[in-house]
Amino acid sequence: MRIRYSLPALASAALVLLTTAIALIAYVAPEDADQGLSQKIFYFHVPIALTAYVMFGWGAWKALVHLWRRDPAADLESYVAIHQGVIFGALTLVTGSIWAKVSWGVWWAWSSNQLVLFLVLFLFYAAYFMLRFSIEPGPRRANSSAVYAIFGVALIPVSFLAIRLANDFIHPTVFTSRGPQMSGLMFFTFCFSWAALLTLAACLYQVELAGKRLDARLRELRELLA
Amino acid sequence: MTYLADVGTLARKDLLLELRARDTLPAMLLFVLSTLVVFHFVLPGDSSKLAATGLLWVALLFTALLGLSRSFAAEREQGVIDGLVLAPSDRSAIWLGKALSILVFLGLAELLALPAFALFFADVDGSLVAGVALADLGIAAVGTLLAAVAAAGRARELLLPLLFLPLAIPIVIGGVGASVSAHSARFLGFLAVYDAIFALVCWASFEYVVTE
Repeated sequence: MRIRYSLPALASAALVLLTTAIALIAYVAPEDADQGLSQKIFYFHVPIALTAYVMFGWGAWKALVHLWRRDPAADLESYVAIHQGVIFGALTLVTGSIWAKVSWGVWWAWSSNQLVLFLVLFLFYAAYFMLRFSIEPGPRRANSSAVYAIFGVALIPVSFLAIRLANDFIHPTVFTSRGPQMSGLMFFTFCFSWAALLTLAACLYQVELAGKRLDARLRELRELLA
Repeated sequence: MTYLADVGTLARKDLLLELRARDTLPAMLLFVLSTLVVFHFVLPGDSSKLAATGLLWVALLFTALLGLSRSFAAEREQGVIDGLVLAPSDRSAIWLGKALSILVFLGLAELLALPAFALFFADVDGSLVAGVALADLGIAAVGTLLAAVAAAGRARELLLPLLFLPLAIPIVIGGVGASVSAHSARFLGFLAVYDAIFALVCWASFEYVVTE
């Protein structure tokens, strides 16, 4: 690692930002004229979804770095990023489902493109773990995982396009889940909340990475001693 | 030109093997036919032709999976893949040759499936055939690469469908859209875009799957 992150500092920053974000959402952001209180989940749901995209993108980038330089550290980073992405992706599905229940009265709506896209991505990245756990650790596994991770970023826009097209013959009606306009204060709260969640994701990423690295080093030592 | 000659040789090798051993194609033909018969009993009597068209796509997808799961069997069991990787040719030629042979298998299976579908369920029109042809390209491209990926794993027959189905969802959307929607040109265009993007990604990344 070239830059030394101080993990406790990152964790404290995430805590402070998240607490402030919750306070902003609760007291400062104006209530939506249309949906009222339930719209407030938007400040979590959408930033969580965007954070998941960032983690998937970061994982694919690290996968590319791995294929390029054959760096085992990049393989581990790619795996941890995708793991965090899947956690945030699952949270997106949960928060989206809650929002769908409150505003449309159903737990699941196939007409919500973003939710369907996240379901496809969730299945795709769950298969990534199946792939990783079924191949022996080594360069072969690292390469296959990296190729699959890169497929993921190609799949995101293609699936998005496909799901939008699918509504053409599956659901002709279109729900709009968001008010057409966001006021300045709402937009600020949204951005702040996203920044908080990105910091949280970065913190979790570093924690998991530190654990995994320690694990790998311990295994190396054990092999040396055995 | 040597690249294309390599690809041709590799594809011919697979087709010759199939011609002599006959262990994939007859299974695919029988499978797609039995699936269509099962679908007759799955669909209630008054269900629409649209539902049958949707099920046709399920049958085609699973038939393709059946063929794909066998596609690297010889390479793996006899250690052919090591020889191919050592051969003085571009590694992506292995992928292209295999994808071409898979494409031939899929085409032959559909040569049986589509007339059978027309006989049992509903008419087959031009946009359905065009959709199937474009979907085959994507299935062969992505499926071949994933079959090579899954061949390295422990539970390979189990792994391939899990890896392949999420990536096949856009193909299914494009294919079903092309066969049932009024704007089938849009879906055919989408399938062509999918094929182009994923063929390129597979072509560029195959080398990393078979080498260390």
